[in-house]
Amino acid sequence: MYEFVTQHGPVWGTVMAIGQIMAFVIVLLLSLAFLLLMDRKVWAAVQMRKGPNTVGAFGLLQSFADFIKFVLKEIIVPAGADRPLFLLAPLLTFVFAFVTWAVIPVAPGWVISDLNVGILYVFAISSLGVYGIIIGGWASNSKYPFLGSLRSAAQMVSYEVSIGFVLVTVLLMVGSMNLSAVVEAQAGGFWNWHVLSAGMLPWPAFLITIPMFVIFFISALAETNRPPFDLPEAESELVAGYQVEYSSTPYLLFMIGEYLNIVLMCALMTVLFFGGWHAPFDFAPFTWIHPVFWFAIKVVFFFFMFAMVKALVPRYRYDQLMRLGWKIFLPTSLAAVAVMGGIVVYSNAG
Amino acid sequence: MLPAAAFYILAASAVISAFMVVTARNPVRAVLFLIVTFFSAAGLFVLLGAEFLAMILVIVYVGAVAVLFLFVVMMLDIDFATLKAGSTGYLPLGGLIALVLAAQLALVGLAWVSADGAALQFQAPTPEDTHNIAALGALIYDRYVLFFQLAGLVLLVAMMGAIVLTLRHRDGVKRQDMHRQVNRTRAEAVDVIDVKRGEGIG
Repeated sequence: MYEFVTQHGPVWGTVMAIGQIMAFVIVLLLSLAFLLLMDRKVWAAVQMRKGPNTVGAFGLLQSFADFIKFVLKEIIVPAGADRPLFLLAPLLTFVFAFVTWAVIPVAPGWVISDLNVGILYVFAISSLGVYGIIIGGWASNSKYPFLGSLRSAAQMVSYEVSIGFVLVTVLLMVGSMNLSAVVEAQAGGFWNWHVLSAGMLPWPAFLITIPMFVIFFISALAETNRPPFDLPEAESELVAGYQVEYSSTPYLLFMIGEYLNIVLMCALMTVLFFGGWHAPFDFAPFTWIHPVFWFAIKVVFFFFMFAMVKALVPRYRYDQLMRLGWKIFLPTSLAAVAVMGGIVVYSNAG
Repeated sequence: MLPAAAFYILAASAVISAFMVVTARNPVRAVLFLIVTFFSAAGLFVLLGAEFLAMILVIVYVGAVAVLFLFVVMMLDIDFATLKAGSTGYLPLGGLIALVLAAQLALVGLAWVSADGAALQFQAPTPEDTHNIAALGALIYDRYVLFFQLAGLVLLVAMMGAIVLTLRHRDGVKRQDMHRQVNRTRAEAVDVIDVKRGEGIG
């Protein structure tokens, strides 16, 4: 953004930077509307229902109808609530969900800010996401939201650790924290994607990256409070967790933020393990399609996986969730970092 | 002009929110203002060209330490108003300490002499051809590796101390052993008994 200002002058540069951000946000929100519909349709199909099918053809306009309904309702702030914080919490979730996208490269050169600490930035902002939930739960001044937010905070802090170590393995392989560089390192066919990492042969790096991808996927489910780890909003115990007292637009902001975080995790899996914008084969019919479509296809595929998990898997118990995070994922990913570090050192030296 | 404006905004927000940490009536709000202070400091690091430090500050302090603060403060029902009731009595002492600290800072600032050629080093904190992070890594893991490892060791000892202090074994707690649950077979779990009519299981 700063480059815009220095290249095109203060006025025109600012207009261009803001325009770029607005375009990204609008595309994200529009795709989110249809991804939400897809989520519900997949869920419905697994349960042999039709899902939303009334508003527009095949229910395509359902998300927009929901949006209008949410916005037109009354915002109710509970009597004992801390009013400013109560309204700040959904805004925080919403904003943090968007700002992470600034460093996600969707096609060659299509990135708002090409930070050289991109991976750390993503990690830093995703560790801030917990504040929206904690503040929301506390400011509601009610038991269920408070318990839900405490659970959620503990859960997100626990699983962040293993996500961090998975990120470290990937950045060890690439030797850079820039997400565009991470994608560039996976060029030239699907066997070069990090999940298979044929470029590291004869060292069998895929023996590490495949389990790391699985850990990342499961931790992403926990980090975004998706089933089977939706304990913060377990309806049978906590009604709806930190969202109990929210209505209307603040609730909508929480919803959008949550789903945007899910799509972000899908995008991260694409960028870190599945070649980002690269086509699976590096020759003619595949390279005709614009890179941004390959990126979108992969993201939608992972979103489909998230939706299927939600439809198929029963909810974890809280102690099992903690056990999985601290006793299984943390040691495994820590060991993987050590082994991958060794591989990188020896393959460079030898 | 843009970096200058950003500096003034971030510095002002850091100072104001640090002031609010002390004066806030509600402890949870005080922690939240502390988080804003951390965040502004991270922004100042970015302006200095130290993105790595900024990100680590956000990840470690804002993402982990402050969450734990918030946890504790939310659980405890602290009333700052009663806690602060007699605090104006300490004002002279606090003022004295502040004065001493300020005097020390001023003395250090006035006595500061930089070596010849040090000014050149200030202008290029990292070599031209390497990234900020690579330069930092080379310093930590090459030149200062011993100090880094020793610091790690101290932290490890501290962590083990904390665990030893808080760990207590309780008897009679039922624990879930997943391995045993999964390996349970029908033979050891189910016993089919022929019960004679009118007698029940003796």
